Amino acid sequence: MSKSDLEKRTVMSPDGEPIEINPLQDYFCDAHPKVHEPVLPIFEKFLNWARSESLWVLGFGTGCGAIEMRPLMTPRFDAYRFGIQWRPTPRQSSVFIISGYLSVKTLKRVIRSYEQMQNPKFVIALGSCTINGGMYWDSYNTIKRLDHYLPVDVYIAGCMPRPEAILAGFEKLKELIRQGKGEGANLYAQNFDWYKANQKKIIKDWDMPDYNW
Amino acid sequence: MQFELKHITYGLLTLFIVLNYGLILQGIMPKIAARVGRRYGIRWYQPYIDIIKNHAKRSKITHGIMYYLGPVFRLSGGIGLLMFMPVIFGSPYFGNFSFAGDLTLVLYFQFFGVLGMALGAGESGHPHSAIGVSRGLSQVTALELPLTLGVISIAMQYGTLRIADIVAAQQGGIMNWTIFTNPFAGAALMLSFLGSMGRAPFDVVLAPQEIPIGPPTEYHSGFLGILQLNRAIFPVAKLILFMNLLYGGATSWPELFIKTFFIYLWSVFVGVAFPRFRVDQSVRWFLGVPLLFGIIAILLI
Ligand code: SF4
Repeated sequence: MSKSDLEKRTVMSPDGEPIEINPLQDYFCDAHPKVHEPVLPIFEKFLNWARSESLWVLGFGTGCGAIEMRPLMTPRFDAYRFGIQWRPTPRQSSVFIISGYLSVKTLKRVIRSYEQMQNPKFVIALGSCTINGGMYWDSYNTIKRLDHYLPVDVYIAGCMPRPEAILAGFEKLKELIRQGKGEGANLYAQNFDWYKANQKKIIKDWDMPDYNW
Repeated sequence: MQFELKHITYGLLTLFIVLNYGLILQGIMPKIAARVGRRYGIRWYQPYIDIIKNHAKRSKITHGIMYYLGPVFRLSGGIGLLMFMPVIFGSPYFGNFSFAGDLTLVLYFQFFGVLGMALGAGESGHPHSAIGVSRGLSQVTALELPLTLGVISIAMQYGTLRIADIVAAQQGGIMNWTIFTNPFAGAALMLSFLGSMGRAPFDVVLAPQEIPIGPPTEYHSGFLGILQLNRAIFPVAKLILFMNLLYGGATSWPELFIKTFFIYLWSVFVGVAFPRFRVDQSVRWFLGVPLLFGIIAILLI
């Protein structure tokens, strides 16, 4: 889809009537994301336990760190026994692992995927590139601090972190969720304008709706 | 048939038992497959947590009415299959709503869920869902052929379309089971069974990491939860059907658990031993040997 496809225009319908279409409004919902309050503490505790024990990871590799996620599925590390599974679509997953540096182009896709995930959702940032830019700190084309653009729950430092470190990061994430601190999605909704402003500052050709559900 | 409150209660009880049994199977079978690959695998109660988690998601989005109906169709396909089958042979309670000619209806229900999903996925607007659905449907259509031939052969053998009668005719010893009295129909059914369980080598239509993952791509939160419930009920209903047709049914719950467990294990066994087929390969495979067995079964009767 190119940028011109998203512009408002008038087209002829098959029976010769001119109709006005506005793809951004017709095909996307650009409503502001909502904050979803947690339910009663006693239920929330139980639900948080379930959320922490069933982490579905979005299969999306951004930088070199993605290489270290594959061994997690093999017999040696076997992340499945901790309730971690890989899902192919953002709709179904609850954990988004940003596995390394993010070029501006990838950031755009990451934002779209992140916004398509359903509340509650968690972000794990892998590698020093996501913390302060790492060895790409002076690159013209990568972002430096991930949490300016998305709310991050857990950082795993290293270049690149070993699978054991990633497993430890998952354990930390579980702990945070159980304590009710995994509220990244609500944080994103609350500070939506700030995040959007940051994202737009770095993505020059913004050609998507402001909020993709 | 007298329709009483009792029937509904026992119907619900059947559903409850089957649901839990299905969820536990869903946890144990991947574990067995993982052990073959020298992994620990998921915990046996993981399916329960996944369902709770999916229903605990706070936000949902919708794509229209058919999108809502997809999971509902699917679930009603599973429950319908279960409810119109005699689950426990000879029990006045767990015969549920089986009636004369239920075999035809049960065959119909096999297809019902997939069609419902096709409608729902079409509405979701996902560009790849059409590919996913057509792949799924072509595989199901191919495996229906040997399945239907086998079932018709069994129906001709016993001269009835009523599952309870078919089970009754197989009582009195292992040698009376259809798998021994009509081995060709049995072979055709068991081979097509492999495909309908959605495990390797026929799981490419469901394979999550395939790009057009197929029907459930857009389903999430509670919708996915409903689909998962059906994922637990539907296989068990199918297992019970195959047990009734080929292995003499069951006269008690423990017997049912043991028999269905081993029927399921057959598909897991094949699944861990063989790599995946592409869809065109699996369609061709179903139209080969299994179809041949089906035709022989019809000719021999
Ligand atoms: S932290 Fe190191 S391994 Fe990870 S993406 Fe950056 S450069 Fe690559």
